[in-house]
Amino acid sequence: MNNQVALELNKVSKYFGSLAANKDVDLTVYRGEILSILGENGCGKTTLMNMIAGIYYPDHGTISVNGQEVVIRSPKDAFRHGIGMIHQHFKLVDLFTAAENIVLGAKGDKRYNLKDVNRRVEEIANKYGFHVDPKKKIYEMSVSEKQTVEILKVLYRGADILILDEPSAVLTPQETDRLFDILRRMREDGKSILIITHKLHEVMSISDRVAVLRKGEHIATVETASTSPAELTEMMVGKKVELNIDRPEPKNVSDRLEVKGLSLVNTDGIKVLDDITFTARSGEILGIAGIAGSGQKELLESIAGLQHPAQGEIVYHNPKTGTSENLRDKDPVSIRELGVRLSFVPEDRLGMGLVGNMDIIDNMMLRSYRKGHSMFVDRKKPKDLANKIVEELEVATTSTHTPVRRLSGGNVQKVLVGREIASSPTVLMAAYPVRGLDINSSYTIYGLLTKQKESGTAVIFVGEDLDVLVEICDRILVICAGRVTGILDARTTTKEEIGLLMTKTERDTETDPDMKEASR
Amino acid sequence: MKTTNTAVREPLFHVVKRDAMPLWKSMLIRVIAVVAALLFCALLSVLLVHANPFEFIETMFKGSFGSSRRLWRFAKDAAVLLCISLAITPAFRMRFWNIGAEGQTLIGALSAVAVMIYLGDKVSNGVLLVLMFAASVTVGAIWGCIPAVFKAKWNTNETLFTLMMNYVATGLVAYFLLLWTPSGSSVLGELQVGHLPTVGHNYLLLILAVLVLTALLYIYLQYTKQGYEISVVGESENTARYIGINVNRVIIRTMLISGAICGVAGFLIVGALDHSIAETTVGGMGFTAIMVSWMAKFNPLVMIGTSAFVTFLEQGAAQVSTNFDIDSSFPSMVVGIVLFFIIGCEFFIGYKLKFRQTAKNGGES
Repeated sequence: MNNQVALELNKVSKYFGSLAANKDVDLTVYRGEILSILGENGCGKTTLMNMIAGIYYPDHGTISVNGQEVVIRSPKDAFRHGIGMIHQHFKLVDLFTAAENIVLGAKGDKRYNLKDVNRRVEEIANKYGFHVDPKKKIYEMSVSEKQTVEILKVLYRGADILILDEPSAVLTPQETDRLFDILRRMREDGKSILIITHKLHEVMSISDRVAVLRKGEHIATVETASTSPAELTEMMVGKKVELNIDRPEPKNVSDRLEVKGLSLVNTDGIKVLDDITFTARSGEILGIAGIAGSGQKELLESIAGLQHPAQGEIVYHNPKTGTSENLRDKDPVSIRELGVRLSFVPEDRLGMGLVGNMDIIDNMMLRSYRKGHSMFVDRKKPKDLANKIVEELEVATTSTHTPVRRLSGGNVQKVLVGREIASSPTVLMAAYPVRGLDINSSYTIYGLLTKQKESGTAVIFVGEDLDVLVEICDRILVICAGRVTGILDARTTTKEEIGLLMTKTERDTETDPDMKEASR
Repeated sequence: MKTTNTAVREPLFHVVKRDAMPLWKSMLIRVIAVVAALLFCALLSVLLVHANPFEFIETMFKGSFGSSRRLWRFAKDAAVLLCISLAITPAFRMRFWNIGAEGQTLIGALSAVAVMIYLGDKVSNGVLLVLMFAASVTVGAIWGCIPAVFKAKWNTNETLFTLMMNYVATGLVAYFLLLWTPSGSSVLGELQVGHLPTVGHNYLLLILAVLVLTALLYIYLQYTKQGYEISVVGESENTARYIGINVNRVIIRTMLISGAICGVAGFLIVGALDHSIAETTVGGMGFTAIMVSWMAKFNPLVMIGTSAFVTFLEQGAAQVSTNFDIDSSFPSMVVGIVLFFIIGCEFFIGYKLKFRQTAKNGGES
């Protein structure tokens, strides 16, 4: 790092209605440094970056690039000033090659010459150590390759300041390491890199300095070498937080849900689940690890009766009656009618678990409105339940009549989890239950899951943060491209071992007929 | 680095999202929009025919409220429009874009007329009315449910499908008119059987019936399990599936109801008003109803107001075009302009413009 200032924000503010997403934020970025932007969800990290990248326009304050005050009204303006952002959701044309995507929309001085582009892309790639084939089509690429294309796109346009929005969220530990090597090489080349993340260990390993935001305000920027995760957390949250997860030994373990040879073909004819076999036991948390989109969603939905697997069995052992039932090809209502108390916290909270425009009471009713023979709905019991959940889980809301979409992510999740555990389930499935939640809410949810486990529920927990999975789970099932690649004892395994299993089939694909089918 | 312009210029204005606005304020903005629109229409009439703008406004009001006869006509038209708006509302709440109310109403009316023609001299008036009602409701429901079945089974586009069904309905009416008018004139005179009884005023029974229907539909949508299911399916099909609602069944059931209420509207038009049928019997109300329902945010009670408002606009502007000798398309223009203002003002309810601060007019609305 040298002392040349690349980017400077001076008292930048952005309001959404009366809500200050950012308030008087000052930030300085030097050339040749990696600056982490750290903060809880909703603290205004992404808004701030979007202002630098020209997606939002600040309500107050100024932005300077290389010591000169600039106006950034659009992403085009941002590029003109050498600023490029790599978004969390990729913006690529599937049917185009890497090179075609990279050149798309870029202003060239010369005629469009794909050979030339290919050559230049390779040049840049070699310079920083990317592995990419410019002629490969996007739809044939893995997530990490797509991310590489996004980064190259920005570099191709001559960006000196790169903003990465949670780049590691979609990567395995190994891929993340590779990405970080590349980022370090860019830093040596004099680029400035801003990286949004809320994984503390990444912050510690990659960045030179850390800027901490809290509730839209810039708290401090500190040298990474002179700080610790505990100190950073305290700055983020505003108070000391206990970061320990309690993991009691499982008690009264018995088989509750047996999945045998489950296969599922989706509407595009792709096999998304391939011969999945495992057992979930009462009194245990079974973690499911895997790269996003490896079949986790389909697996849980199959168990919940929302998908119809082509093959296999889902056998439920009823602890009350001692009988076993095959739940395959049953819809959610008939599963309930069998007396199976199966609760499901889906990944898409407002799109599946809850109805955003309805208030908390009506959302409570989703599970129970059918009860009774009257043609009218009974809102009294749901209202009591809503009040109870708001009180017990400390949901921040003005009333139970607030539409859930107005609640913050953490409170939405408390409402959903609260409803799902209210029916004292025997099986509880939770998909990414802490995604987008602040640290305090996350630990509340972990606590609730552990409590369910202690009360004898078979908990299935699909997670993305491997650090958390190895701390909270009893066993971890690793899934890759729809197949089980391993079931590990969470008390003895390591992140690295899980990471290897998460990408296992990618290395053995030469003779794997399923992968060919998938890419067809 | 290329620097094109050293002077830093903030854009003249940028758009900022607002907080949720208190109800009175948003209503005030809407009222202002309507007033502004009416003034604009007055101005337009000044430019077109050198009319006096005050007279224009006055005539607008006189068109609907000028005499007791006009008032009754206004109430009757608003009631029919309200009835059709009620019909499409369950479907719209489910995000099933039924734009076939025109055809569903027309086919309901046709069924009533068919009963009148074929059974008019065979049964007593009371029985005839019951049969007419049954026929209208059944056929309307079937007509509405055909696109729903296709949507449920083969995921066809309901908007196109319901639209097409309108033309089929119009075609059927044309065919039967030819069949029923021996002279081939295709103009069916007023039939003397199957008239709804008169209570107080000619139109009173119709108006009361529609108001009762409004209350029933409100209760159905707000307080019954089926109404709740409609809302869940409309908000998110995934959530509906997640809790085990049979989405296809709800779609078909709701369209049966939607079509059946259209049938009621058709029955009322024939039994209480026209006692006859023509291809233009519904006269575009099936489409106007979409607007009425939408402006009321699909709330049946609010629809009483919005249907009255739209009827007021149409009749007022019709009066203006008669009195001032403006082209007969003027009413549609007025309605269009007012709606443009109303829909446009929603932008200002959700967002505000923030002007450059150095500029003198730092005013924010």
